[in-house]
Amino acid sequence: MSRNDDNWLLRVRNLTKIYGEPNDKTLSLTGPLFNSNICPETDSIVACAEIDFDLYPGEVLGIVGESGSGKSTVVKLLYFDMEKTLGGAWLRPYTNGLSNILEESNQKKRFIRNNLMGMVYQNPRDGLNFRFSSGGNIAEKLIMAGQMHVGDIRARASDLLNKTEVPVQRMDDRPSSFSGGMQQRVQISKAIANNPPLLFLDEVTTGLDVSVQARVLDLIRELQQDLGIAMIVVSHDLSVIRMLTDRTLVMKDGRIVESGLTDQILQDPQHAYSQLLVSSLL
Amino acid sequence: MNILEVNDLSKVFHLYILNNKKIEALKKINFTMKEGEIIGLTGKSGSGKSSLMKCIYRTYLASSGEIIYASAAGKIDLVKANDHVIIELRKNEITYCSQFLSVIPRVPAVDVVCENLFRVEKDKKAAREMAKDMLENLGLPFELWDAFPVTFSGGEQQRINVARAIIAGPRFLLIDEPTASLDQRTKDVVIDLILNLKKNGTSVLCISHDEYTLERLVDRRIALFQGEIEQVEIETDQIETN
Repeated sequence: MSRNDDNWLLRVRNLTKIYGEPNDKTLSLTGPLFNSNICPETDSIVACAEIDFDLYPGEVLGIVGESGSGKSTVVKLLYFDMEKTLGGAWLRPYTNGLSNILEESNQKKRFIRNNLMGMVYQNPRDGLNFRFSSGGNIAEKLIMAGQMHVGDIRARASDLLNKTEVPVQRMDDRPSSFSGGMQQRVQISKAIANNPPLLFLDEVTTGLDVSVQARVLDLIRELQQDLGIAMIVVSHDLSVIRMLTDRTLVMKDGRIVESGLTDQILQDPQHAYSQLLVSSLL
Repeated sequence: MNILEVNDLSKVFHLYILNNKKIEALKKINFTMKEGEIIGLTGKSGSGKSSLMKCIYRTYLASSGEIIYASAAGKIDLVKANDHVIIELRKNEITYCSQFLSVIPRVPAVDVVCENLFRVEKDKKAAREMAKDMLENLGLPFELWDAFPVTFSGGEQQRINVARAIIAGPRFLLIDEPTASLDQRTKDVVIDLILNLKKNGTSVLCISHDEYTLERLVDRRIALFQGEIEQVEIETDQIETN
């Protein structure tokens, strides 16, 4: 089983984001042991620190933790929505994993983002342009990745809307006239438009009612099964994590306190905080 | 060849949120299992049967000892193997069938059963046909095939659960109370399906309280008592006390 040592799709090492002016004690004075992510000496805020993990092709990794634990920061750093303070990420389909994508030029970052990654945000307004039609939103992503032919773009857009069960006759309507669940499905269509090997999902079912939630989860699961996309699923909802993920990272105060197989995290949590989390939510 | 060698396996739960309480679930468990063998795990509730099974599947992290599994690619200690190795084994070789069905809402029964099959069989139609045959065999009413299992009765859910676990013919099957809450006819169907897997080389570790199931299904039994092995049956009529 040696393939497991070097077959990663995404490798993340020492990923760290600090707001403010940290000093050399900031990292050692914050974290779960101190129950805080605010440095007592400098007041700088450690959003996340020392994050290490490998994601394998087709794997679904969950990140759980309470609000403010840093879980969204991790995916936002990886999707270049924020600038990292320290650390690196390597993506296999880009330069065969040899260059740290977080230190690439903006132009290269745009290429990576448009061709190799997709992101679905909790709020559809963050992922969709509400001035464009739903089809236009998907077209935007395709054009950014270099597609030019209008007929091809429309065909691909209607194909994606079909797949995500958005009525194709509404392709030219703006997402503002859609329900929340439908907006979320348009956002998913846009995120997977270029067949990215890696998809980030940040609290995608939060705020949706249960039947719509089930439909979105079902869609994500189906996309994973059919297209084999690797995913990072950020959620504070343990049932979402249980249904979608193979492996889970538990975060608290900006750090990973435990990582393991999802069923192990849920049934035999090792860290005091994971035990608290699991016992309060099941 | 041994498919499984369990050496000095112990499991202690360390509950930080209950004033650091420690619960000893398994104490120095030792046994081996031959390839193609069906072992019945018996013992009262709370004796550690499910804990042992979950340690093997890695839902529980063992506290000490080793679990050497002879995978198709060589021997692996399931206690220490990294998560990705375990994920691969779960996809390709080891299946766990719990007592309770846990599914995504809104997925029809047939697709739930196909879950493991879709990974290897890309032709979804063919996979669904296989699943339907199995559900028919298990006597699940035709009207329920496309319904959502969350709403099913206990016995119906159990049949979905068993069908899902065995349809792809795992190399090693961990199965917890496969025949509880089933009627006699369905019990026999489930037993026959598992015996059929054995014919194709599957090794099975099976928890059961049901004397009829044990009598028909297993090659030998291991009895647990308070987290320890009380009795190991070596062969059908030769009993060794531990």
